[in-house]
Amino acid sequence: MAYSDKVLDHYENPRNVGSMDKDDSSVGTGMVGAPACGDVMRLQIKVSKDGVIEDAKFKTYGCGSAIASSSLVTEWVKGKTLEQAQQIKNSQIAEELALPPVKIHCSVLAEDAIRAAVEDYQSKQSEKDDSSSSAA
Amino acid sequence: MLEELGRNYFELFGIPKSFEIDNTQLTGRYHDLQRRFHPDKYANASDQERRLSMQVTAQINEALQTLRDPVRRGRYLLMLAGIEMNDETDTKMDPGFLMEQMELREALAAVDTTSNPLAKLEEIMTEVDGGREVRLQKLSQLFSAGDDKAHSEIRKLLRELQFLQKIYSEIEELEEVFI
Repeated sequence: MAYSDKVLDHYENPRNVGSMDKDDSSVGTGMVGAPACGDVMRLQIKVSKDGVIEDAKFKTYGCGSAIASSSLVTEWVKGKTLEQAQQIKNSQIAEELALPPVKIHCSVLAEDAIRAAVEDYQSKQSEKDDSSSSAA
Repeated sequence: MLEELGRNYFELFGIPKSFEIDNTQLTGRYHDLQRRFHPDKYANASDQERRLSMQVTAQINEALQTLRDPVRRGRYLLMLAGIEMNDETDTKMDPGFLMEQMELREALAAVDTTSNPLAKLEEIMTEVDGGREVRLQKLSQLFSAGDDKAHSEIRKLLRELQFLQKIYSEIEELEEVFI
């Protein structure tokens, strides 16, 4: 199957590959997987105190479309607030990368990874609030 | 011809609807069915019957592939019970499991930088195989208990097994490269 130019570009030059310290309280980590193809995706976001995503990193084991989808969303989420990032829809990812119908699930994976990363960050923040309030 | 096919693959093969199956019986029944419905036997039959015999043969083959593989068989049993796998839309997995998968894949990607790639591949394969065995045993326990409440645990195990099968075949492909 032919990949679109945009998929190839992200696949050959993936943006923001890497990892961040998952124990850092300003970092949210999202891990998701697709049983159909065995793809595993990890997306990490670093969030500033005012709730803006300053940086994003990803690591994906999977097909070209899965790598491209995660590479693309690391670019998209940077500079966005958590609320804005959560509004990114898989259909936008699929459209931008011109994914064929059989690869739509790769964009679902990337959307779910953003959501999982934001939820991880938020749960870390509420734990922090809990421990500071119980300490007070 | 069609009424003989039964309502599901188990009925088609005339074996009990169960996760535990007798492979010898399965293969024996497969050959019986193949003989009975083989398109060659319908060479002089009407177009419609010939077409039907080809469809039935295709279905018999599909049934064999499904019943012979434990993961596919398990998925099929869940489907018959009305449980959806949602492979493409449900991306939530146990984080610990996904972490392990990530590490296995990282190890696999770095295999060519190790001094003995084949030995390293063997080591990863043993680990994957162990994980597969444990899950298959658990599956067989859960299925034989026949408790509907176990469906979500069964589904989880099957989903994890799909990852392990995928990485297993990747290891096999890599072995070909290093041998």
